[in-house]
Amino acid sequence: MRADDNNIRWIEAPGLGLTGRSYLPLLVEGLTTTFKHLVGPKKTVQYPEEPHEMAHPEIYRGVHRLNRDEKGRVKCVACFLCATACPAHCIDIVAAESPWPDREKYPRSFTIDELRCIFCGMCEEACPVDAIELTSLYDLSGKSREEMIFDKEKLLSIYDQTKDREPMQTARPHEERPGAH
Amino acid sequence: MPTVIIDGHELEIRSDERLNAIQAAKRLGIEIPHYCWHPGLSVVGSCRMCLVEAGTRDPKTGIIAMLPKLVPACNTQVRDGMVIVTQSEKVRQARAMVEEDLLLRHPIDCPICDKAGECLLQDYHFRYGQKERRADLRPFTSRRRDLGDDITLFVDRCILCSRCVRFTREISGTSELLIAHRGTDQEIDVVAGFPLANKLSGNVVDLCPVGALGDKRFLYRQRVWFLNSHPGICTRCATGCSTWIDETQDTIYRIRPRENPEVNRWWICNDGRYDYPHVHSEERLLQPVRRDGQTRVPVDWAGLPREIDARFRRAGRLAAVLSPFLTVEEAYLLATYVRQIDPEARLVLGPVPKTGRDERFAGGFVVSAEKCPNRRGVEAILAHFTGRVAAWEDLLAELAAGAIGGAWVSGGYRDPWVDEATAERFAGLEVLVVQDLFPSPLADRATYTLPAAAFAERDGTYVNRDDHLQSQRWAIRPPAGVRPEGGLLWELLGRQGLYDARAVLREAAAQVSYFAAVGSGPVPETGFNLKVRLLAATLPAPEDAPAA
Repeated sequence: MRADDNNIRWIEAPGLGLTGRSYLPLLVEGLTTTFKHLVGPKKTVQYPEEPHEMAHPEIYRGVHRLNRDEKGRVKCVACFLCATACPAHCIDIVAAESPWPDREKYPRSFTIDELRCIFCGMCEEACPVDAIELTSLYDLSGKSREEMIFDKEKLLSIYDQTKDREPMQTARPHEERPGAH
Repeated sequence: MPTVIIDGHELEIRSDERLNAIQAAKRLGIEIPHYCWHPGLSVVGSCRMCLVEAGTRDPKTGIIAMLPKLVPACNTQVRDGMVIVTQSEKVRQARAMVEEDLLLRHPIDCPICDKAGECLLQDYHFRYGQKERRADLRPFTSRRRDLGDDITLFVDRCILCSRCVRFTREISGTSELLIAHRGTDQEIDVVAGFPLANKLSGNVVDLCPVGALGDKRFLYRQRVWFLNSHPGICTRCATGCSTWIDETQDTIYRIRPRENPEVNRWWICNDGRYDYPHVHSEERLLQPVRRDGQTRVPVDWAGLPREIDARFRRAGRLAAVLSPFLTVEEAYLLATYVRQIDPEARLVLGPVPKTGRDERFAGGFVVSAEKCPNRRGVEAILAHFTGRVAAWEDLLAELAAGAIGGAWVSGGYRDPWVDEATAERFAGLEVLVVQDLFPSPLADRATYTLPAAAFAERDGTYVNRDDHLQSQRWAIRPPAGVRPEGGLLWELLGRQGLYDARAVLREAAAQVSYFAAVGSGPVPETGFNLKVRLLAATLPAPEDAPAA
């Protein structure tokens, strides 16, 4: 649209009155907010001394965990769909024949490079058995790059840490899941 | 010329051609879905997926009369005036019903099924199936049992197309597989006590349109959508089958047959199919090693070609062993290089590994007894340079006479090929270069031991036992420390730039009459027969047939 277009109507901003020019009403308005917060309840969290309370931990996309099934085994069936969906190529799975009679395939090794991960949540979206989930753990740190490559044991231990606070999100009956029989 | 009308498009076929409706439609780019039909097997028409509408057009009046019932396209030979309709509502419904029926008792465990991604049941369901599942038969069962040492069967994934059964009856001729029981209890099984153990058994896995048959060496290892397929040539025997080399991140996960009507049709044997583990073997030579006196020290590639070249030039009479595992280009470059330094250099053919006799199967497939890919190609190079094909034993005799100063021995053998006693005969040489895949007594005695590239890491051309020439490009990069022979010889000859196998082949074609038929054009994907093409070129062009 050009500046001389017929559809544009040019108007002048109304001028300030005497009170406006003195800035007093706005000053009072601003200071009211300031004093309200001075006496009101404090919202600042003294992180890291105080932990942050998350309103909806179930939708936060933090560190991954590998869920366990009701028998305590890794729930993953090694279908590679998370690795396929992962845009950062940070998931590496080595599949093998499962040692359990009721399962065909399981991950012999399952590693996530947390440094490479962009925490997009595509892996938990792709998982057909809800085995991989993102937890609300956000304070992820490590002393070396190697330490930040999480293996299966580490990912399962995150499940053990977080399962009470954040229960598994879907609980479909076992029979309905692919790979279960 | 007979004309067929498929979905309103006219297709002209040769009068001597026998095509079924699936093949004819494919020429027009129209897909007729099918499970049980395979071009290499007999027609059973059991899956009913290829049902189409068919009719004939009266040549005089032009009136089209359609058959009231649908016909299986696989069992319908097209003939002049035939009309095929593949896109009608009737056909669409028939396909959706077949799809629904097949999925009634299918476990739908695609996430853990190795076939997912290349499964016809999946593909056709998305293309021709119904959006919603009406039946509710649950729970599904998923039983698995082994049919033989290499092949496993997921019983409930099977759609009973009987391709595998027909394969064992018609192609391998071993008839191990059968369909047991009746009705909904039907399943594939082996005759009790006779497991699926023939040398072509791996093909049933490729044939299986669903995930029922699994290759135990590939099972669970990789998902197919991560694999890149490269056209390759099997180097396990002198048949030289066309293959697909499926790799990801420079690791080969499987080898599959590539259709080549003149060589292997749709099949390969298990020897070739399971030929890839040696490529990733821990025992492979991975670094050049130089012998200094009695010690052997690993050395870097930098400057090494120049160093070898300098020592060869001082070594006196030279000899080169052209292994039958070399490509035509590599053999040509090696012969050229050695002859350039010493015009009288001895050139011999490396030992040709042979085991037993050719194995022939009922369907005409032959596993050659000669376990190397390129004896004929290397022989042609030798004949060009020396006028005759000298054998390995000739060189051993000359070595005993002390006539040789320096030798270049190319290997590439998968199995041990030279014993201590033979290797000891090379001990007195001034310079001995051995380029091989695995350590051997000869490699231990070499002045320079150079790691060789495996078959999937090379660019080059092979000529099989029937003079059929095929070219391939590398499928994976060699491990660090390995330089493929072609590139090394290219540098030794002082040529500029990167190794160009095609340029070398064109050069060889211009020089060596055996390869004259290659000409200067590209080699087609499935290769061509040198003798047939040469013969075709020498024959006078067929004159136009007189009008009848």
